[in-house]
Amino acid sequence: MSAVPEPRLAHYVATEPFEPLATEAMTPEQERFYRASQWKIMWWKFRRHKVALISAWVLAFFYLSILGSEFLSPYNLHSRDTRHIYAPPQSLHFFHDGKFVGPFVYGYTMELNMQTMRREFLPSQDKVQPLRFFCRGDSYEYMDLFESDVHLACPAEGGTFFLFGTDRLGRDVLSRMIHGTRISLTVGLLGIAVSFLIGIILGGISGYYGGWIDNVIQRFIEMVRSFPELPLWMALSAALPVNWSPVLVYFGITIILGLLDWPGLARAVRSKLLALREEEFATAAVLMGATPQRVIARHLLPSFASHLIASLTLSVPSMILGETALSFLGLGLRPPVTSWGVLLNEAQNINVVALYPWLMLPVVPVFIVVLAFNFFGDGLRDAADPYK
Amino acid sequence: MFTYTVRRLLIMIPTLLVISFVTFSIIKLPPGDFLSNQIAELRSQGDKAALERAEFMRAQFGLDKPFIEQYAVWVGIWPTERGFSGLLQGDWGWSFEHDLPVSDVVGDRMLLSFILNFTVVLFTWAVAFPIGAYAATHQYSWGDYGLTLLGYVGLATPNFLFALALMYFANVEFGLAIGGIMDPEYLDKPWTWAKFGSVVNHLWIPVIVIGTSGTAGMIRRLRANLLDELQKQYVVTARAKGMPPFRLLVKYPLRMSLNPFISDIGNLLPSVISGSAIVAVVLSLQTSGPMLLDALRSQDQYLAGSFLMFLALLTVIGMFVSDLLLAALDPRIRLTEGVAK
Repeated sequence: MSAVPEPRLAHYVATEPFEPLATEAMTPEQERFYRASQWKIMWWKFRRHKVALISAWVLAFFYLSILGSEFLSPYNLHSRDTRHIYAPPQSLHFFHDGKFVGPFVYGYTMELNMQTMRREFLPSQDKVQPLRFFCRGDSYEYMDLFESDVHLACPAEGGTFFLFGTDRLGRDVLSRMIHGTRISLTVGLLGIAVSFLIGIILGGISGYYGGWIDNVIQRFIEMVRSFPELPLWMALSAALPVNWSPVLVYFGITIILGLLDWPGLARAVRSKLLALREEEFATAAVLMGATPQRVIARHLLPSFASHLIASLTLSVPSMILGETALSFLGLGLRPPVTSWGVLLNEAQNINVVALYPWLMLPVVPVFIVVLAFNFFGDGLRDAADPYK
Repeated sequence: MFTYTVRRLLIMIPTLLVISFVTFSIIKLPPGDFLSNQIAELRSQGDKAALERAEFMRAQFGLDKPFIEQYAVWVGIWPTERGFSGLLQGDWGWSFEHDLPVSDVVGDRMLLSFILNFTVVLFTWAVAFPIGAYAATHQYSWGDYGLTLLGYVGLATPNFLFALALMYFANVEFGLAIGGIMDPEYLDKPWTWAKFGSVVNHLWIPVIVIGTSGTAGMIRRLRANLLDELQKQYVVTARAKGMPPFRLLVKYPLRMSLNPFISDIGNLLPSVISGSAIVAVVLSLQTSGPMLLDALRSQDQYLAGSFLMFLALLTVIGMFVSDLLLAALDPRIRLTEGVAK
């Protein structure tokens, strides 16, 4: 130990530039992750779920087709071909006699079967009817905006193009399916909107206030849940006035579908709110004098909006199936409004299955859309919790 | 356990009251009623005698009374000239369309409905349980994917169309009779073994059709529950001690994942009953579905009301039973609110 204190070093300041973040440097990937918004991370996570991604594309395709139903369908919704009643599907060919002709169909030859007293349509090899594209066919009025007669594909002049056959009035099943998409797909969305509104309001009140209000609403929810859906839907749609116009009936049905679907959503909203209202940011908002509506709508709801959207997607398919079932029973939508369920109404008995099975084809889009919505919703639900 | 049962029973009373009120209001929603429609029709035909009879009936059943009074009479908490006579007293009312008491029109339809729904629930369990267990123990295998996909397919196929297709197939391939829940000659006959056998023979198509839509969800939930359990420590311990895999699975995790299975009947039952209503219409089963549909269309209010009440009752009792079973299985549930979701 020396008694002489060591001379103090001069205050040292490094002259080279210093980056404070350098010590905890992140790789570009990490930085991208931490700086991304919640929605962006959700998207990254969703993207990895391949089936959900494909389903999203399928759904996008169906929903986009709504915009151009008239253009995409070869015939109009109500065009009838009285010479071809219950004609079976024509298949699409490309080669005739080993030569490439392009997409074409073989025309029908009609024979009257005297045993069964039925008209039988058979494809005849010498009637090659090449399709026309971007062609003029039945004229239609697009969304009340302008008139047009351009279709994506039409039959050859004087020929027919019934890819999915025709029904009892000689209407093209494919065209009617394409038109039906419009109604079938929007029914679910409107119904969801109704159930979303009820679910958020009731769940919000229940979760935010708690206490006896919560109790009453919870009991009410249990009651609604214990109701078998379809019989009640049947009763409600039987109660729709007969003299309503088809459009009014359409809105009535969507409201009915939404009216029973909200309990699950209300429950989810409630349990989330019960947890979130104890958080500091909620207390802060209350202390600053925000009204309950504002606290719920601006502060609490956004923090679990992604969950809500995911669970909403999962309840669209049950609505689409519900509408199909109701219309099939003749309690839902009525012609001239056309949905897939209305089309299936024609396939109501066993004769159809045996003799004209192609009338059951509208079930294919129902199946695809419901399946896609399920996968899409599953993917969304997984992605909604991106930090997991 | 006793207090829990009593409390749970007490909750059922207001539930059923509200359901009955909602049911009745919905049935009364369309303007007019069966008799007023009939009266208007008779008036245009000028049939004096029938007209008087219909008007007499209308007064007799109090259809000209205010809504609340009609409801109270129907339930049986408001006296008519004939005293209390409503649901509470076991009087289901009068079917105007069939001109018979509702209980006579209904016959054994409600019993058949019950048998059908009960069998469907059993079927769903019997199918979902092994499949769910297999999917969970063989996670991410081809079997898992395939079975899950199959479940989704069942979910996405509209019941009624599946019913039609299966009915056609059964007829063509096996020569089975089409539709109905029993051979026609047994209808309205007392129950015998032959009748029972005929019902069993016809039951499998509707059971499969209705069952498929509920099975998918069940499989998914069982798989998720079992996967959670399989990762727990006690499973690892048991495996480390050399327990054979199958016995291990059956003895511990499977039993643990059984709870949600039973509570799930609450979710399953409304959908089964909904499904059976529409499938019954397509297959023209002699259950409540088709007759309910007719009654709703013709505003035969007491008949429709009785069917709706019966279906709701079936659901409520089913949920009650599932809650009791659950409480018996898991003591924690009794101590908390008793609502197991």
